[in-house]
Amino acid sequence: MKIKYISQAWLVLVLAVSFGGALAGVDEWLQPRIKANKLAATINEIPTLVPHADKAVSERYLPVEVTVGEGKFQTTYEVFWALDKDSNPLGWVIKATGAGFADKIELLIGVDAKCEVITGLSILDQKETPGLGNKIENVGDENQRGFLWQFRKYGHHADEPLAVTTASPKMNEFNKIKAVTGATISSRSVCNIINEALSGQLRTALAEALTDGPTSRPAKKE
Amino acid sequence: MAQDGPTPLERFINGILPENPIFRQVLGMCPTLAVTNGMKEAMTMAAAVAFVLTCANIVTSLIRSLLKPHLRILVFTLTIATFVTIADRFLAAFMPDMSRALGPYIPLIIVNCVIICRCEVCASKQGVATAACDAIGQSLGFALGLASIAAVREIIGNGSFFGVTILPEWAWPRWGIMLLPPGAFLTLGLLMGLVNHVSDWSSQRKKASANKA
Repeated sequence: MKIKYISQAWLVLVLAVSFGGALAGVDEWLQPRIKANKLAATINEIPTLVPHADKAVSERYLPVEVTVGEGKFQTTYEVFWALDKDSNPLGWVIKATGAGFADKIELLIGVDAKCEVITGLSILDQKETPGLGNKIENVGDENQRGFLWQFRKYGHHADEPLAVTTASPKMNEFNKIKAVTGATISSRSVCNIINEALSGQLRTALAEALTDGPTSRPAKKE
Repeated sequence: MAQDGPTPLERFINGILPENPIFRQVLGMCPTLAVTNGMKEAMTMAAAVAFVLTCANIVTSLIRSLLKPHLRILVFTLTIATFVTIADRFLAAFMPDMSRALGPYIPLIIVNCVIICRCEVCASKQGVATAACDAIGQSLGFALGLASIAAVREIIGNGSFFGVTILPEWAWPRWGIMLLPPGAFLTLGLLMGLVNHVSDWSSQRKKASANKA
C-alpha cells in the first residue's frame, strides 16, 4: 500500500525537494540585500518613531542585541539607538516580530530613553488581509486617525501592557488601543507583539546599555 | 507527431485579445481591481505574473507526461508557488518600495486563476514551445488589461501617468474616487462593456460583408 502511494507521489516529492533547493539558493543570494533594505528602512523610520532623533547620527552606531526569555521561548531583539545631533540618547527603536492573522508581522517600536513611554510605531513588514488587516499600516491625520496614530500621538506607557478595544477609548484610558474595524485579530497581534517586546527583561537590558553608551559601527571596507 | 490543439502562434495571438484574461475570461480579478490605481504598480504586477506564468507553463509542459490526473492541481500549485516566491523575494531585494506598495498581492499570484488555468488548459496538454507562446500571449493580454484600467484610473484620479503629472490640478480636478475601489469596478465595467461592444460591432460587420459576398 505504501509503495503504491510513493509510486503515485514520487513526482510531487521530487518537485518539492528540487523547488525547495532552488528556493534555498535564491534566498541565500537575495537575503543579504533584503536585510540591507530593511536596515535602511528601519534607519529612515527612526526620526518618525522617536521625535527629534537624528537619522544620520543614529545610523553611526551599532544596534544593541537583547535576548529575552528562556529555552524555546528565547527571542533576540535588535534595538536601534535614537540619538540627537549631539549623540545624546533620546530613545530606542525596537525591531519586533510576531504572528499576525495571515503571516508574521514585523514592527518597529519607538520608546523614550528610559523605556517609559511608547513614542511611535511603524509596520516594517506585514501580509495581512488586503482592505482589512492591512489597515494596521494606516497613520492617517488629525481628522482621519489611522491605527498607527494611536501609538504616535497618545504616549502610552511602555511598562504596562496594551489592550485592544472595539470601542474608541476614553480620554483617561491609557494603553487602550482601538482595533481596526473588521481586523481585531491583526490589531490584537500588533499589541501582543509590543507587549511581548516591552518586557521587563528588555527594559532592564536597555537601561544597562544606556549607561554603557552607544558603540560606533565599524567603518565600511573600501 | 501531429500536434493537438492550437498552434503556438494561435495560442500567442489568442492570449492578447480573443481570449484576453481580463476582458474575455474575467480571471485574475483580485490584482486587476487592487493594483490598478497606478501604472507603475500595474506594470510591476504584470511583469511578475508574466514571469510566473511563463516559468510555470514551461515546467508544467516539460513534466506533462509524468502528471497523474488526480495530482495535477497539486503539482501546478507547487510549481506556481515556487516561482511566486522567487518573484516576491526578487522584488523585496531589488524594488523594496514597490514590494511594499504591492504588499500581499504578489504572494496572492499563487491563487491567480489565469496561471492555474493556463497550466490546465495548455501547458499540461501541449509542447514547451506552445506553452511558452501561450504564456507570453496571455501575459501580454493581462498586461494590456491592467494597463488600460490603470491608465484610466491614474489619469482621471491623479492627473498623472507613471507618476508624472500630465494634467495640472487647475486643468483637471482630481476624481479621487477613481483611485479607490469603486473607481476600479467602474473602470473595469466600462472598459469591459466597450470591449464587448467593439467585438460585437466587428463580428456584425464581418457577417454583413460575408452575406454580401
